Amino acid sequence: MALGAFFSRLKQGLARSTEKLASGITAVFTRRKLDDAALEELEDLLIAADLGTAVARSIIASFRRTRFGKEVTDDEIKQALAHEIATILAPVARPLVIERALKPHVVLVVGVNGTGKTTTIGKLAQSYGEQGLRAMLVAGDTFRAAAVEQLQVWGQRTGAPVIAGQAEGDAAGLAFDGLARAKAEGMDLLLVDTAGRLHNKAALMEELRKIIRVLRKQDPTAPHSVLLVLDATTGQNAVQQVRVFKEMVDVTGLVVTKLDGSARGGIVVALAEEFAIPVHAVGVGEQAGDLRPFDPAEFARGLMGI
Amino acid sequence: MFEGLTGKLSGVFDKLRQRGALNETDVTEALREVRLALLDADVALDVVRDFIAKVRERAVGQEVLASVSPGQQVVKIVHDVLIEALGGAGAVPVNLAAAAPVPILMVGLQGSGKTTTAGKLGMRLAKRDRKKVLLASLDTQRPAAQLQLQQLAERAGVTSLPIIMGQTPLQIAERAMDTARREVFDVVILDTAGRLSIDMALMSEVAAIRRATSPAETLLVIDAMTGQDAVNTAKAFNDAVGVTGIVMTRMDGDARGGAALSMRAITGAPIKLVGTGEKLDALEEFHPERVAGRILGMGDVVGLVERAAETIDEAEAEKLARKMAKGTFDLDDYASQLRQISKMGSISSILGMLPGAEKIKAQIGDKNLDTKVLKRQAAIISSMTPKERKLPDIIKASRKKRIAAGSGTTVQEINKLLKQFEDMSTMMKRMNKLGQKGLMRQGLSALMPQGRRPF
Repeated sequence: MALGAFFSRLKQGLARSTEKLASGITAVFTRRKLDDAALEELEDLLIAADLGTAVARSIIASFRRTRFGKEVTDDEIKQALAHEIATILAPVARPLVIERALKPHVVLVVGVNGTGKTTTIGKLAQSYGEQGLRAMLVAGDTFRAAAVEQLQVWGQRTGAPVIAGQAEGDAAGLAFDGLARAKAEGMDLLLVDTAGRLHNKAALMEELRKIIRVLRKQDPTAPHSVLLVLDATTGQNAVQQVRVFKEMVDVTGLVVTKLDGSARGGIVVALAEEFAIPVHAVGVGEQAGDLRPFDPAEFARGLMGI
Repeated sequence: MFEGLTGKLSGVFDKLRQRGALNETDVTEALREVRLALLDADVALDVVRDFIAKVRERAVGQEVLASVSPGQQVVKIVHDVLIEALGGAGAVPVNLAAAAPVPILMVGLQGSGKTTTAGKLGMRLAKRDRKKVLLASLDTQRPAAQLQLQQLAERAGVTSLPIIMGQTPLQIAERAMDTARREVFDVVILDTAGRLSIDMALMSEVAAIRRATSPAETLLVIDAMTGQDAVNTAKAFNDAVGVTGIVMTRMDGDARGGAALSMRAITGAPIKLVGTGEKLDALEEFHPERVAGRILGMGDVVGLVERAAETIDEAEAEKLARKMAKGTFDLDDYASQLRQISKMGSISSILGMLPGAEKIKAQIGDKNLDTKVLKRQAAIISSMTPKERKLPDIIKASRKKRIAAGSGTTVQEINKLLKQFEDMSTMMKRMNKLGQKGLMRQGLSALMPQGRRPF
């Protein structure tokens, strides 16, 4: 897809997704004094975008200091809010850089069920393949029915070889074999898929740690990146998700998926404030090309509908 | 599932309990906390507003001011309004009242758990309701989605529609209905592709499928972790296909699940089922009064009993009960109990249902709540001689070493198990003294040996 076409699509998606928020702000702030009631309504609007009560409150608090009692227009408020949010997000917008010298750079992909891990791996394989990197995929979701076949389809689409084992087999052993194969074949990148798991299931989280332990037997520095795939429709529980996954498997970055829907993904702002964890990319569709770098200004403007 | 909200609300009401009479200022303050708790629990903003308004209306005024214990009165009002908001008392069953084959349509966003739920529902209808179920995947979007449903159907022991590549979802739906009529199926579960609420093309496709099959149920499957967007999803699907029931998935996570309130409020459709685990039998009825009870820290005893009734071997349980009453409960019985408990599911999900268990859960932390512990303990017991199992008192140092070696554990673990068995015997004596009524009133904490960890 041409880049221009893509941006218009992203903008369209984000604009649509925040139509309500934007129109809400318009309704509240067209030629209006920024008083207590107005600030409270503005806070509610941020909450409705999943920013969470605490983050919404802190953003509004800074507005109160600088703009309280002023006559403000709709556009001013949107610009100012977008700027505020972009400032919070700017430090975490960092792409995932693959170290070519590692051969392979091992990326472990984790997350709760249904966030889009397998699809994201397919997209990553496509994207890095286009950059001339050779990627290998490990079908480490040995639990969910047909997860292996799903990844194999992505392998065919992107031309990346897929290492798969038996259903309900040991994911750690498979990852170990994958790493050995990737080394032998001089791959640049090894993308390891894992089964979705709820972060509060201690035994399943322990399994993830086992994958890491086993990988380290071959390469003490692996995995070089641990990506947490986060669904943009997730509410405040995302904070707990990131906290636990970070603690258990040392997550190094996030990919936020399904941003092409009506979900606003405002929780990303809360995550940036709380964890300062890099956001590598956003998913904006089901096709191989629908993975894009995370652009804070674009995201914030989209969130405000401008 | 609603632990966070439970904690917050009990914090608020603890404050109220410490005061005397309740005035309007108190109510306002408490409701501010309730509002924040609900928002943090991902209940949609508009829904929170309505909820707070209803509680305020009932709380401020005579009901509360005349009450002896204002805090309890507010708890009750919040509880009542919560039950109403969640759909009123009682579970609403899946509607099968239509001419066979009864079509059930599953819709929802990507990754909400439609396919897994379709498999679970198929098994539930086949096992509990003795229905002949046909599963059909209309998901031609996601790679291997049809294969996923086919594999789930095999695991669930129900029939799935043979996959023919290249057919459109509508064609598959029609073929499923034809097959079901010809081969006399009772129920056809139509699993659709995940779609975004703003994707007009795919929404009109699912609307066409609905028109073609006239399903008795159109179930919207939604992730319990969903945030404020639950409102958009609910509206879009309800407008396009007319939702008749909601299935909340991943209720075994630690999300506060406020989306349940939002979905119910927006669609008016009842929440019929909840997904509570990765296994195919982890699909349960949704009981608003129990969930509201959990929100307020009252536990879900009924749910626990129900789950126990389904999984526990009745004859064996009766034998155990007789032994408990007689006081002849030994390690063999303990082992058989361990097996039954591990059949019921993870300890944390069981604990979540018990009144007063919140604190215990926080105390022991999630890490120890693992059915593997049960398996290890069962292994230890199986390494004992029959005599040791009958008379655990004879197990001293050298026997412990032998048992540890035999079961691949350590002497410390043997000690822990014996200690637990002792605690448990104490607990049983107390339980006999308390009687069932006392247990319900005082909850699990009444059974705990003072200052000791239960596991």
